[in-house]
Amino acid sequence: MAKIWVVVQQREGQLPRISWEAVAAAQKLAASLPGNNGSEKAEAIVLGSGIGLAAAELAKADLAAVHVADHDALRAYTPGGYIGVLAPAIRAAKPDYVVFPHTYQTVDYVPRLAQEAGAGLLPEVTGFAVDSEKTDGGLLWTRPILGGKLQSKVRVKGEGTVLVSVQSGAFSADSLVKGDAQVDPQPIAVDLAGVKPDREILGYEEVAGEKVDLTKADYIVAVGRGVGGADKMGPLEELAKALGAEIAASRPVIDNGWLPRDRQIGSSGQTVAPRVYIAAGISGAIQHLVGMKGSSVIVAINKDAGAPIFNVAHYGIVGDLHEVVPALTEAIRAAKG
Amino acid sequence: MRIAVCIKQVPNTEARLRVSRDGKWLEEEDLPFVTNENDSYALEEGLKLAEKTGGEVVVFSLGPERVKDALLKALAVGAARAVHLADSAFVGGDALATGRALAAAVQRESFDLVLTGSQSDDLRFGGTGSILAGHLGWPHVWLVMGVELEEGNRSAKVTREMESGVNEISRIPLPAVLEIQAGINHPRYASLKGIMAAKKKEITRVTPADLGLDAAQVGAAGSRLEVVSVSFPESGAGAQILEGDVKTAVAALVDKLRKEARVL
Repeated sequence: MAKIWVVVQQREGQLPRISWEAVAAAQKLAASLPGNNGSEKAEAIVLGSGIGLAAAELAKADLAAVHVADHDALRAYTPGGYIGVLAPAIRAAKPDYVVFPHTYQTVDYVPRLAQEAGAGLLPEVTGFAVDSEKTDGGLLWTRPILGGKLQSKVRVKGEGTVLVSVQSGAFSADSLVKGDAQVDPQPIAVDLAGVKPDREILGYEEVAGEKVDLTKADYIVAVGRGVGGADKMGPLEELAKALGAEIAASRPVIDNGWLPRDRQIGSSGQTVAPRVYIAAGISGAIQHLVGMKGSSVIVAINKDAGAPIFNVAHYGIVGDLHEVVPALTEAIRAAKG
Repeated sequence: MRIAVCIKQVPNTEARLRVSRDGKWLEEEDLPFVTNENDSYALEEGLKLAEKTGGEVVVFSLGPERVKDALLKALAVGAARAVHLADSAFVGGDALATGRALAAAVQRESFDLVLTGSQSDDLRFGGTGSILAGHLGWPHVWLVMGVELEEGNRSAKVTREMESGVNEISRIPLPAVLEIQAGINHPRYASLKGIMAAKKKEITRVTPADLGLDAAQVGAAGSRLEVVSVSFPESGAGAQILEGDVKTAVAALVDKLRKEARVL
């Protein structure tokens, strides 16, 4: 019998979409493993302080159990606190897999949790399938490498628990299975007496200039490193004006100071899903894609035909943005009359 | 302060990539390699902190012979010495195996701080530095956007990037491992003098035995992950590419946006 756990991430007592995606992935994993014949369900864990509502929400999903580590010491996330709860639990129960959403928080603590709990580490998977070359029903996992230009298929070897994180958007939260009956959340005893405080939280700060709300825009023209400089932004702004679009950017443009930080799309910026997203000179690194791949129509303009942005785009033009963008502005103006 | 900086040499993803004959990695012949982007920021942060405190930077890297180029570049911008985990047994490791090897190498000396990049551009594990910290029993912070030394260098105020434009500010006791995010500083370029000086600096080569490790604990043998294949993602679900010269392609795009997608 395989034992599957999923550790969800809560934010002020709410479960973000990526946590439901992780639950859906754990349910799928529980159903796929040999010897499980669909009877063994996943168990979920949530950590924090005052998280009864999150636990109750979680308990509506089709799960074998919901475990809650609700403790004042877990009010602010710290790796010491989270590892202090999870490492002994993993060592004691020896689950086969523990699924996490792949977020900036989990990347901060899950690798070290693997090291301290003696578990394997399989970060940022986008999918899995039963390995057809093996007769033991083992799994073949897919994860992106080289900025998403290629993907790697990996097998897990050796004995013991494996910690798996699932990339945002890889497993659909819509495929989550609801339970017939709500399970009663079970408290986990939290004993952090032996845990060395590793990080004293002093506070949180909004990154300066977080003012423009790009999530409300219907049209977005996004600029990447390929634009080449702040002085070359003019034609992009013209295109945005012709479309009635907001201008946005991938991280390198912001780091170079070519646009202010409140224009950044991606995992460290805003997540958007406009009607039309035009990506000009953006190669499509995963950190960018997670912030925009839900857009209804994606247009990519890039001189590298192998750029990963073309895998998520609906329409593409392979060419120099400095030639394509002015021509596109003109054509859109003509079309709109 | 004595500062260790761990860097990785990675393929330049802008180059044309070909899958190797065994299907498990890239064809490395004619493949250009560069220092991993985040690691260049880690090195710069290390050099700045060493200058401020009158210390030195020792740079560590794991990988085959070609990695010597990355180490020479780090020596050219100001690292004092380098340690190369050069043995072929080290190659092909997952984050756990590589973190274990680097921790053993770092532990042979005494450091106040270990800096790494937050993630490699090729394998993207994002956890090697945290695992290294676990072996040393030191605190770690991942995705660091700011470091301020405090209390006579006994602690540091660290800014960690979170999602959605928020930063966490925390205080950690030193020694610690900090995993640096791109954009924290502006990495310097090597001067001609620096490049000449680098040639005279020491690069120590170490084997698993030198680190007190068994070859089975490092590299591919010491990993829980086994790469079966690498491939380009299946296309087909990808974009409709509009062909022709710029004018033709743009006209076709506008036509699609109006009539097919109905968004104009």
